[in-house]
Amino acid sequence: MANVRPKADVVIIGMGWSGSIMAEELTRAGLKVVAIERGVWRDTADFSPAVDTDELRWASRKEIMLPPNVEAYSFRNDKSQEALPVREWSNLTVGYNVGGAGTHWAAASWRYTPTDFKAYSHTIERYGKKQIVDGLMLQDWGVTYEELEPHYDRFERIAGTAGQAGVINGKKIPGGNPFEGSRSRDYPTPPTAHSHWNDIFTAKTTEMGYHPFPVPAGTVSQSYVNALGVHLGACTLCGYCQQFGCANWSKSSPNACVMPALMRSPNFELLTETDVLHINKADDGKTATGVTFITRDGKVGEQPADIVIVAAYQLDNVRLMLLSKIGQPYDPVTNEGTIGRNYNFQTLSYAYLWFEKEHLNPFINTGCMAVQIDDFNGDNFDHTGLGFIGGAGIQSLSNSGLPIGFTGNLPKGAPTWGKGWKQSFQHAYQNWAMVQGQGTSYSSRGQFFDLDPTYRDNYGRPLLRMTYDYNLNDRRSGEFVRQKCEDIAKAVGGQKIESYNFANDHYTPYRPNDSSHTIGGVVMGDDPKTSALNRYQQSWDAHNVFVLGASSFPNNAGYNPTITIGALAIWTAKAIIETYVKNPGPLVTT
Amino acid sequence: MDRRKALTSIAQLSALGVAASTNAAILNHKSQRPPGSPDSGLPAPISKGGYVYFSAGEAKEVGAIFDRLIPADELGMSASDAGCVVYTDRQLAGPFGKAASVYRLGPIKDGTPQQGPQMKQTPAKRYRVGLVGLDTYCRQQFGGKPFSALNEDQQVDILTKMEAGKLSFAGTDGQEFFALLLQNVQEGYLSDPIYGGNKDMVGWKMIGFPGARYDYRPYVMKKGQPLNLEPVSLFNGAS
Repeated sequence: MANVRPKADVVIIGMGWSGSIMAEELTRAGLKVVAIERGVWRDTADFSPAVDTDELRWASRKEIMLPPNVEAYSFRNDKSQEALPVREWSNLTVGYNVGGAGTHWAAASWRYTPTDFKAYSHTIERYGKKQIVDGLMLQDWGVTYEELEPHYDRFERIAGTAGQAGVINGKKIPGGNPFEGSRSRDYPTPPTAHSHWNDIFTAKTTEMGYHPFPVPAGTVSQSYVNALGVHLGACTLCGYCQQFGCANWSKSSPNACVMPALMRSPNFELLTETDVLHINKADDGKTATGVTFITRDGKVGEQPADIVIVAAYQLDNVRLMLLSKIGQPYDPVTNEGTIGRNYNFQTLSYAYLWFEKEHLNPFINTGCMAVQIDDFNGDNFDHTGLGFIGGAGIQSLSNSGLPIGFTGNLPKGAPTWGKGWKQSFQHAYQNWAMVQGQGTSYSSRGQFFDLDPTYRDNYGRPLLRMTYDYNLNDRRSGEFVRQKCEDIAKAVGGQKIESYNFANDHYTPYRPNDSSHTIGGVVMGDDPKTSALNRYQQSWDAHNVFVLGASSFPNNAGYNPTITIGALAIWTAKAIIETYVKNPGPLVTT
Repeated sequence: MDRRKALTSIAQLSALGVAASTNAAILNHKSQRPPGSPDSGLPAPISKGGYVYFSAGEAKEVGAIFDRLIPADELGMSASDAGCVVYTDRQLAGPFGKAASVYRLGPIKDGTPQQGPQMKQTPAKRYRVGLVGLDTYCRQQFGGKPFSALNEDQQVDILTKMEAGKLSFAGTDGQEFFALLLQNVQEGYLSDPIYGGNKDMVGWKMIGFPGARYDYRPYVMKKGQPLNLEPVSLFNGAS
C-alpha cells in the first residue's frame, strides 16, 4: 500500500472519552500514540455563548451529531423480520467530532454499584436461579467495583465531578446516596445547584421514607484545577447543555478536561476527519498489525502499530470487530460466538405531571440537574417474589426548558394548535415536571448485533444490524418502576399525571425521551465462550487489540454509563502500561 | 465569494455528505489547531428579501394554514406576522428542506412502524406536492376557492381532519403533512429570531422563556417565583 504511515506504538480509533483518556495515560507513560477520529477538531471556543445558545441549530437540527447519511444502522425487533435502515435522526446520539459524544452529553456522572458488576453471581447468591427469567443472559464482568474504585476516583478528578458522597470508606455520609459503593474520598467539587422541582421532590421523597441525594454531575459547581492541571470554571446553569457543547469549561468533556493536556504531549498525533475502515490482522490472524483508514477526501492509508485500541462509539466498536473479523460473530441460534452478543439497552419509565400553579422556571437547568432516589435501583431492595431483577434510579430531572423541545410536554388531550394550544403551552411551561426512572437492562437471546446482509455505508461496507426488543425482565421491572414514579407524582401534588413503562411497547429507535445508552456487543468477562474481551478489555482472540467503551458492559445499570467507561479505560491503560508492554501477550490465561 | 458565503457553502456540502476536506488534519503538539470546523462559525441571519423556495401563491396558502395553527390573540401575534412563513421558506431552501441528513441508499421497502420512515419525500417536496393536493381538494369542495379564501370554520375543519388522518390528497398523507406543517410553524414561532420567525421574540414572551442567556446563577435560588426576565436574541439586530 502506498500511503503507509510510520509505525506507532499504539493506534487509537476514536477520540471520545475513552480514547482521549487512554491516549493521555499511554503518552505520559512514554508510548508513541496516533489517534484517528472521523469527526472534526472541536475546541470549547467553538461553543461560545454567541454560538451555543441556539436550540434550532444544535438540538433540533443536531449539527453536533453524526448524521445518518454519513453512517446509519439497520434495525428490526426480532430476527424473523427484515431489518431496515434507521434513515432519520434516532434516539441514539452519536458524536461526530474530537470529544465524541462526550462533547454533547448530559454529564450525569455515575459510578455503577458493586452488584452491577456481578449480575449473575450476585443474583444466584441472593435469590437462586429461579429469579432469572427464561432467556436472560446474565454474566459477571470479571472486574469488581473494588478494583475499579481508584480509577473511578481518578476519572472524577479529571472530570471535576460535582456531587455529594454517600459512603466513604464504609461510613455513611448524610445527604449522599446511602446505597452507593464505598468511595475512597468525596467528589472533587460540591453538588451543582438545584431547581425548584428538585427541592419539591427532595421534600416529598424524604417524607415518604426514601433517601434523596443530588445526582453527581459533570457540570462543575466551582472553579477547579483537574488532575491533569487543566482549569475548569463554575457552571452557569444556562440550560443549553445536553446536545450542546460548553464554552465555559464547566461541562466535563474530553475537549475541556483532557485535550488541553494531551495536545501538549510530543508523543501524540491526531488524525481528524479520517475514518478507520478496518483493523488489519497479522498473517497468522492472532494479532493486529494496525488499521486501514480513509481520509475525508478519499485517500486510503495504513497506520501500523503494536497495539490497537478500539475506542469508537459502542455501535462502531461492534461493527469494526465484525468488519475486521476479530473474534467469532454471535450466532443467536446456536448461542455461540461473542461479537454482537449481549446487546442490552435501558428500560425507561416515566411519570409526567402538571402542577396547577407553579413557577418552575425550567430554563434554569443543566443536562442532569436532578435529585434521585436509589431505593428501587439495582438490588437495593428485596426482589423475592417480584419475578425480575434490577430496577431504576428514580429522579426529578430538570433538563428541559428550551421552547421547541418543550412543545412535547403538553398533557394528552390538550389542544395541539390554535388558541387552546397557546394557553396549554403557556401553562405547561411553568408547571410540567417529570419523574424519570432510568432502569437497568440485561441482555437476552433475542437481542444481538450482526452485519446487515443488504444495506451498505458510503464506502460499500455493510451496516451494523440491530435486533432488539424489550424482554420479560424489562417489562416487569419497567412496570414496577412506572408505579413508583406515579406514586411520587401523585404525592407531590400533580394535578394531571401520565405514566409510562416504555418496555410495554415494542422498542423503536424513534421514541422521544428514550435513553441513548446503547450497551454491549463486545463484552468483557471471565469466559471466552461468553465474552469477547477478558477483564482488562483485551480481546481473547488478538491480544494486542483492546476495546473500550459501553460495548464492554454485559448489562446496563440504572445509571448513565460515562464514568464507568472512563474508569474502565484507566483500568485498561494501567494494565497495558504496567504489564502488557513489558511482556506482550494475553493478560489472562485460559 | 465572500468568507461567510464560502463557509456556508462548505457547511452545506459537508451536510450533504459531499467530500469536504477543509479541516482534515494531522495535529500534534507543534501544530496550530484549526479554529473549529466550518459549520461551527457564527450564526448567519437569514437572507433578506422575498421568498427563496415558495412561490407567492404557496406562501399565501402556508400563511393561511399557519395562522390557524398559531392565530393572533392576547398571547401574541399570528404565525405569519411573526415571520413563520419566511422562516419555513428559508428552512426548505436549506439542508432541512433537502433532507440532507437522511440515509438514502436503497433498497427502499416498507417496514414496521417501529422501523420508522423509509421512503419519504424531502420536506421541500412534501410542501410542494402537499400544497397542490390541498389546493385541488379545496377548489373541488368549495366552489373553486383555495384554502386561504375559506372561512375560519372551514379551515379548522380541514386541518382537524388532516391531523386525525381522515383527509389525504394525491401523493400526500394528510396526517404526515399536517405534522410537518405543525413542526415548522412551532419552530418558526419559537426559534431564535435570526432564522426569520419569532418576531420581537413573541413566542418566548408567550411562555416566559428568557432566550439566549448565558448565566442563571443569580436567579437559581429564587425558587418558585416569577422572574419576568426579558428575552434576548442570539444576535441583536437580526431582524
